[in-house]
Amino acid sequence: MKPLLAIDGVSKSYPGVKANADVRFNVDFGEIHALLGENGAGKSTLVKMIYGLVRPDEGTMRLAGDDYAPAGPVAARAQGVAMVFQHFSLFEALTVAENIALGMADPPPRRALSQQIREISTEYGLPLEPERLVGDLSVGTRQRVEIVRCLLQSPRLLIMDEPTSVLTPQEVEQLFGTLRKLRKEGVSILYISHKLDEIRQLCDHATILRGGRVVATCTPAQETARSIAGMMIGQDLAAPSQRSFQPGDVALSLRGLSLPSEGTFGVALRDISFDLRAGEILGIAGVAGNGQDELLLALSGERRVARGMIRLNGRAIGDRGPNTRRRAGLLAAPEERLGHAAAPAMSLWENAFLTGRVRLILAGGGFLRKAMIQGFTKRVVGDFDVRTPGIETRAGALSGGNLQKFVIGREVLQSPAVLVVNQPTWGVDARAAAQIRASLQDLASAGAGVIVISQDLDELMEISDAFSVLANGRLSPPRPALGLDIEAIGRMMGGAFDVEPAEAARASA
Amino acid sequence: MDLSTIDPVALFAGLVVAATPLLFAAIGELVVEKSGVLNLGVEGMMIIGAVCGFAAASNSGSPVVGFLAGAAGGAAISMIFAVLVLVFLSNQVATGLALTLFGLGLAALIGQPYTGIKPPDFEEVHVPVLSDLPVLGELFFQYDLVLYFGVAVVALVWLFLNRTRAGLVLRAVGENHDAAHSLGYPVVLIRFAAIGFGGACAGLGGAYLSLVRVPQWTEGMTAGAGWIALAIVVFATWKPWRVLLGAWLFGGVTILQLNLQASGFLSWLQSLGIPAQAQYLSMAPYLVTILVLVLISADRTRARLNAPACLGRAFTAAG
Amino acid sequence: MLRLEPRPNSSALVEMLTPVVAVALTMLAGGILFAVLGKDPIVAIDTIFIAPLFDPFSRSELLIKATPLILIALGLSFGFRAGIWNIGAEGQYVMGGIAGSAVALAFWNVEGIWLLPLMALAGILGGALWAMIPAILKTRFNANEILVSLMLVYVATLFLSAMVSGPLRDPQGFNFPQSRLFHDSARLPLLLENSRVHVGVLVALLAVAVAQVLLTRHLFGFNVKLLGEAPRAAAFSGVSVKRMTVVCLALSGGLAGLAGLFEVAGPVGQLQLSLPVGYGFTAIIVAFLGRLSPIGILLAGLVMALTYIGGETAQFALGIPKAAISVFQGLFLFFLLAADLMTRYRIARIRREAR
Repeated sequence: MKPLLAIDGVSKSYPGVKANADVRFNVDFGEIHALLGENGAGKSTLVKMIYGLVRPDEGTMRLAGDDYAPAGPVAARAQGVAMVFQHFSLFEALTVAENIALGMADPPPRRALSQQIREISTEYGLPLEPERLVGDLSVGTRQRVEIVRCLLQSPRLLIMDEPTSVLTPQEVEQLFGTLRKLRKEGVSILYISHKLDEIRQLCDHATILRGGRVVATCTPAQETARSIAGMMIGQDLAAPSQRSFQPGDVALSLRGLSLPSEGTFGVALRDISFDLRAGEILGIAGVAGNGQDELLLALSGERRVARGMIRLNGRAIGDRGPNTRRRAGLLAAPEERLGHAAAPAMSLWENAFLTGRVRLILAGGGFLRKAMIQGFTKRVVGDFDVRTPGIETRAGALSGGNLQKFVIGREVLQSPAVLVVNQPTWGVDARAAAQIRASLQDLASAGAGVIVISQDLDELMEISDAFSVLANGRLSPPRPALGLDIEAIGRMMGGAFDVEPAEAARASA
Repeated sequence: MDLSTIDPVALFAGLVVAATPLLFAAIGELVVEKSGVLNLGVEGMMIIGAVCGFAAASNSGSPVVGFLAGAAGGAAISMIFAVLVLVFLSNQVATGLALTLFGLGLAALIGQPYTGIKPPDFEEVHVPVLSDLPVLGELFFQYDLVLYFGVAVVALVWLFLNRTRAGLVLRAVGENHDAAHSLGYPVVLIRFAAIGFGGACAGLGGAYLSLVRVPQWTEGMTAGAGWIALAIVVFATWKPWRVLLGAWLFGGVTILQLNLQASGFLSWLQSLGIPAQAQYLSMAPYLVTILVLVLISADRTRARLNAPACLGRAFTAAG
Repeated sequence: MLRLEPRPNSSALVEMLTPVVAVALTMLAGGILFAVLGKDPIVAIDTIFIAPLFDPFSRSELLIKATPLILIALGLSFGFRAGIWNIGAEGQYVMGGIAGSAVALAFWNVEGIWLLPLMALAGILGGALWAMIPAILKTRFNANEILVSLMLVYVATLFLSAMVSGPLRDPQGFNFPQSRLFHDSARLPLLLENSRVHVGVLVALLAVAVAQVLLTRHLFGFNVKLLGEAPRAAAFSGVSVKRMTVVCLALSGGLAGLAGLFEVAGPVGQLQLSLPVGYGFTAIIVAFLGRLSPIGILLAGLVMALTYIGGETAQFALGIPKAAISVFQGLFLFFLLAADLMTRYRIARIRREAR
């Protein structure tokens, strides 16, 4: 039998980068096909070509035997190819129904559409209210909107880009149920991920990309997570080294920290309390949009709270701004590298000055001490292996991994008492990610308290001493990371903090 | 002071006429902003509309030709802005300002031969029976066609934005241009169209100013009307019907202060020993604009709810 | 196929070249404009841009015209970099002129060397306080500073009219809307004999130097740039947007107010209804033409003053209408904004493989 989608020798180059080179693979009718690879392996470019957002430089595609070269997403959708984006293409200020109508070639009138949305979404176990504003929905529910938008057009091929990165384990199960139902109905699914366990559970076949090329194909169920990871990275994963952790005195303590939400669609922080000891790494897990950004802003000092809510080494600093906190030793590295942690259009040395000024006294009488700033910048670049033509280079011109190393290095080299990082390895290649994690562990070993906010559970399990979950603006009480299982974490992520691990295990059995 | 010289019916009629240029300019700018573009060149487009409309009407003897020329002039000059902002990705604030400065100069240049002449008369419509009704007729049925057209445009824009697919797409582009692009909508093209529409509306408003409201051509005759139109869009929190309300409010302030000046209000104040001068009354429209801006903007959540999320941000299609 | 891609590094050469390209394109478009108006474009451009440079009187007038443009543009440039849009410099200029004049007229019969500094202070305060209105409404109520500062231009102009026909009117002036003539110690000292070049020119030069140091070597300049480039990074760095809004508006308002005072105490010598001639708006062009950098603004101010001086000559000599000069200035800004693209992006050629 002919495949649904046949990719034959597709290549695509950008200035300086070969994103895809001679890619060939097939997606059969009614299969869930995994597209696997590290960040930067060329998965995104490939699916953008299938969805018509990018034209291939070379090669051909065939859909159900016919030539397939979509001029744009509209053409792709007309031929039965639909896509759920990793960063949703949704409009917050519009309703669910309006959002769905925008993704359809020829939407029915309002009332009929609302009716259809209700029917389809219930049928596939993804209930939705058509008249609600998307901005008011949780991340998981927003994904449903994307999926229902695709389903309403009865697609032949559904492309899903990292769909579970924003879901709780329970929501993931629900999604898998929907996808299996679709498969049964003959819909093919191209499933992009780098989460190996999911792929082994769900997918029939897998194509593995590295450096823009297909390097392997396999049947995931017959492989181990380790062997697939080997194909992805090209070498075996080193087992994480267990760090010995000697807790010191309490370095940072939060007591009843609350923060109202900002803007129409923000999250409020509610009654957050914990103690962080010197030398300890506290991992904070949680699905995006549960208050991670707000927690970082409250800790960095960009948003103020009542004075006593935050204490650093016993000193109440909740009402102080970023620079007072830096002087006291509380440093932070926000998630968004471009525009928040760093100013993209400014040079590396200016970006080093951006946070280094207070603690390293890089300005005197208001005047910049250029030589000292440059010295500090060179130290960050050298010690953290930041690949850059020089320190005059704009921050925005660095690759994600290099800029992230710069951002982390800039804070680590200021010898903080406490460092807070949000998503330290998001969108960073494996090598840089490992370097960053190692530097955070070294920092803790040297006696600093470290808070790592991340959505990557594997990462947190690897480096954390204590573990806690942020859900809907509340933080679960931290507990030792050793001995936690994924089931218990899943329950914590759903917001059920008081359930003991044993109970959780029984409940799911 | 003789307040009895102020006739409420005439006041309302004056208000509606004074509001019409603002109405056109503001409803056009609303559409532009809904598509995610901030065009601060309304003043420049209006005055170009005023001079083009005046020149065309004087030369052809037909006010209708004048209005068409005003709209065309406004739309044409708005395309300079559109090209700079959408193709050359220039800063929208700076480019809008440049458009205003350029428009004021160009209008003065075009308008030189037309200073001090009278435009052709523009007939008010006469609806049998209705126009002859005592108060009601004077209140609602004795205006020119363009004024009714202005109110109709507000209704049409509302209908377009809320009841048509094209309007939904336009709002989507203003809300999240990256998402709209990834769904396959032509962001730049839609914005070109919106800016052109905004320009045509501002041009019509300007033409109404020089052909009906004043009616003559003088340099700089818009006197900030374009800027007030921008404020009305904020006041309206990007809702078409509230643009109508806003325009009438500002029209009302303008007419009221003119009536007060004429009524001997000032000499009455002066007789009380208050050093009143006409200039202070003339400040009223501008001060009311500021006041209204403050009142609307202070309620941040409400202001943000309808403001297009991509307003003023440059769009580049990545990869 | 061509496409745009962001430049990895800023190129100093390109940054300097873009205004020159814009000037060249404006000359070309201006030439066409003058040709359309039925004037010989070569003669017109020579009259406007070249001839004034060879005439001593025009040269000194150039400095006088450039002074307010440079002062106002310098102030505006900090706010523009930070994304704080003070469009009402014209109003602040007027209020500075009124405040300074009020001091001069209050001491109408008193001489003293303290009078001018006091007037300068009043001018700065008048402009700065007028600019505080949009600043406070912005920081307290989130009201758009562009619209508020602009509305205040109209209010200030009306206020000027009320002043010169009311409290500050010359009692012996036959009801003419202007103030008394200032006496000598309320007039700016002249720098050159037989010209109108006054000390304000030196102050403008000093302001350029101070601004240059602030921008390139001082924390304030760094914060201004940071706030404009990446507002969230600025907040992360500890920059307070509210404080910056107030400071930038005060700075631009103060300098505009000073420029207004220099105008009344310098070339004019009294408060007149005709004080606002659009310097506050032209300064916006000057600021952008100078690429928001102090040295650039110095040059741009001189160039723009040249178009004023040359424009006046062209008006008399060739009958080119005054409005044509404004069009010319507007074109200038358009070309500059378009040329700006080249500083941020470069054109890359993408080769498509032959198929």
